[in-house]
Amino acid sequence: MLNIKNIHAQVGENKILKGLNLNIKPGEVHAIMGPNGSGKSTLGNVLAGMEKVEVTDGSVDFLGKNLLDLEIEERAAEGVFMAFQYPVEIPGVNNMYFLRAALNAQLKYRGEPEINSSVFLKLVREKIKMMNMRDDLLRRPVNEGFSGGEKKRNEIFQMSILEPKLAILDETDSGLDIDALKIVSDGVNQLRNEDRSFIVITHYQRLLDYIVPDYVHVLSDGKIVRTGDKSLALELEETGYGWLEK
Amino acid sequence: MSEQVIETKQAQVQQENAEVHKRVAQTYKDGFVTDIESDTFPPGLNEDVIRAISAKKNEPQWMLDWRLKAYEKWLTMEQPNWAKLKIPEIDFNAISYFSSPKSDENAPETLADVDPKLLETYAKLGVPLHEQEILAGVKKTKVAVDVVFDSVSVTTTFKKELKAAGVIFCSFSEAVQDHPELVKQYLGQVVPIGDNYFSALNAAVFSDGSFVYIPKNTRCPMELSTYFRINEMNTGQFERTLIIADDGAEVSYLEGCTAPMRDENQLHAAVVELFILDNAKIKYSTVQNWYPGDEEGKGGIYNFVTKRAACNGVNAKVSWTQVETGSAITWKYPSCVLRGDNSRGEFYSVALTNNYQQADTGTKMIHLGKNTKSTIISKGISAGKSHNTYRGLVRISKKAEGARNHTQCDSLLIGKNCGAHTFPYIECSNNSAQLEHEATTSKISEDQLFYCKQRGITEEDATSMIVDGFCKEVFKELPMEFAVEAKALLDISLEGAVG
Ligand SMILES: Nc1ncnc2c1ncn2[C@@H]1O[C@H](COP(=O)(O)OP(=O)(O)OP(=O)(O)O)[C@@H](O)[C@H]1O
Ligand SMILES: [Mg+2]
Repeated sequence: MLNIKNIHAQVGENKILKGLNLNIKPGEVHAIMGPNGSGKSTLGNVLAGMEKVEVTDGSVDFLGKNLLDLEIEERAAEGVFMAFQYPVEIPGVNNMYFLRAALNAQLKYRGEPEINSSVFLKLVREKIKMMNMRDDLLRRPVNEGFSGGEKKRNEIFQMSILEPKLAILDETDSGLDIDALKIVSDGVNQLRNEDRSFIVITHYQRLLDYIVPDYVHVLSDGKIVRTGDKSLALELEETGYGWLEK
Repeated sequence: MSEQVIETKQAQVQQENAEVHKRVAQTYKDGFVTDIESDTFPPGLNEDVIRAISAKKNEPQWMLDWRLKAYEKWLTMEQPNWAKLKIPEIDFNAISYFSSPKSDENAPETLADVDPKLLETYAKLGVPLHEQEILAGVKKTKVAVDVVFDSVSVTTTFKKELKAAGVIFCSFSEAVQDHPELVKQYLGQVVPIGDNYFSALNAAVFSDGSFVYIPKNTRCPMELSTYFRINEMNTGQFERTLIIADDGAEVSYLEGCTAPMRDENQLHAAVVELFILDNAKIKYSTVQNWYPGDEEGKGGIYNFVTKRAACNGVNAKVSWTQVETGSAITWKYPSCVLRGDNSRGEFYSVALTNNYQQADTGTKMIHLGKNTKSTIISKGISAGKSHNTYRGLVRISKKAEGARNHTQCDSLLIGKNCGAHTFPYIECSNNSAQLEHEATTSKISEDQLFYCKQRGITEEDATSMIVDGFCKEVFKELPMEFAVEAKALLDISLEGAVG
């Protein structure tokens, strides 16, 4: 479903991705690990379409479309979702209102009718329970004053409502307490099916005990340098990234 | 009040006044000839013009004297230049100071003759067709007024309800005729004749406006002007409003209209005076959307407004809420004089400027009584090449024991070529005062836009959402329907500001 070929990307003069290849089939979960600053978030930003990141070479095919040709919001409506490493705050904009606007915008793009408010409310009630989130977070402004863990949970809550085809989770586990980690992982696992794929960026093997990946990749200096199965994560836990130097 | 009422009144006035007309005409100096029967005076300002305006309105002598005194004062004054505004020179002799509401001279024949851009805006605001005709000033709109209000009957129903409650709500001209004692008692008491250059000009030549009196212990049975604002529209460029809330009275007054109106007058200088007596409350809400000029900064209204409320009674409360998106130049500081002990003043403002618009707006909170409280929440949004200034004064006098003020003053910038400026002045002569001031300046960040777009929301919708969120604290002070319109208005005013 997602075919990334030889991507080179930079911010200003700073070359960050240097020939990255990745092929993801429907239903697969790919974990991406690697040292700080190796380009993991940048990969997510390239897929989501952040303007600051300039793609200088390579191609990305997403479900038969050239992803790099699409606007950010078009990519979202085509089914690309990113759970941000640092979700931003939007003061004064009600969380639920925001989510409904997002869902309706995507439905509109796909030529589907807008969701009616009682159906939406029911959906929200159901998902918020699943994420074990406090009700009042719905009525508060988007992420404003949320704790670190609440922000991450809110990302996955949004994902469960928007039901993307490809979800990129950027360090969703960092900042979560042990119980929250379980809840968030459960939320993700419930969304796993044979059509939906995930890119899970993490530093910790522990998350992958809950969200079991099909592949684990190591990203270093803008390239994938190793690929393995779940056991690679365990190995990294032991060895760290020192071996990359050699 | 309905336009029909104004019409009848004027017909009557014109009949009765053949005598006055003659006399006035004789006093005209050489070279200045005004046809008193004509609906619009030729440009120019002098004593005779003022006499003619007064005669046209069949005003009593005291009213004319008041105008003349104001004119004399005005002649000695100079246009203020302390605001952060670049004001092109205004030729006060190039302006016509009287234009009858029924003047149809330059009015479009039908909607087809109206600027399509204007019609587009109406469509976006969801203004019904017949109301569009009225707003665009299409000829013979009286028919349309009848459609909107189901002829005079609806208006009459409201009038009856108000009358039953003892509320007086009429045009300023009517009030001069029918309630001279009230007008004489209160006119110019909050904004004295010589208060400032533009208020003095207004006092000399004011065209018309609204008059409201809410009797003791009466809560006005409806929000004033909701149903009247279309009828009340043609009050001209020098509007004068006077509202009195007697002991224990309460009223919510809405001014303005979200839809831009056709207007050929470039200079607007309005005065609003509010009196709030013991335990009374006035809530005054404004949406101002005069023509702001085009993308190059050509044209647009100059809006110089003096608004002031006197909380003379104990526990009196006034709240100004304004949403200012229009005009090329806005100079406006709705103020509160908190004289009564425990009286309260509030100012909630959203001012948005785009393209080449300039706004210098804010408030004055003058604390004179004990335990007086004031709240200022100002939200300035600047886009394009515009300049948006907040200017506010909080003054605590010696006797104002236990006074409190909270000021919050936020600016939001959209784009790189606009400016936001904040001038808070504090004068405190009593140590028991508690004053808080918070100010922030922010931009709509790229990260916020990226986040919204990543969720599927377009940049334009995201901007509108963020701006709406920024203004929330002010919008929630507006009457419900007004708030919805105000949001739509901001969206339209911001068009082209993003991208
Ligand atoms: N907007 C930007 N401007 C300048 N440099 C940037 C920008 N975004 C990323 N970089 C640089 O690109 C490199 C890769 O950053 P990226 O955020 O992709 O790393 P990461 O692998 O996600 O790291 P971490 O594990 O710390 O989250 C870093 O050196 C970072 O400083
Ligand atoms: Mg990162």
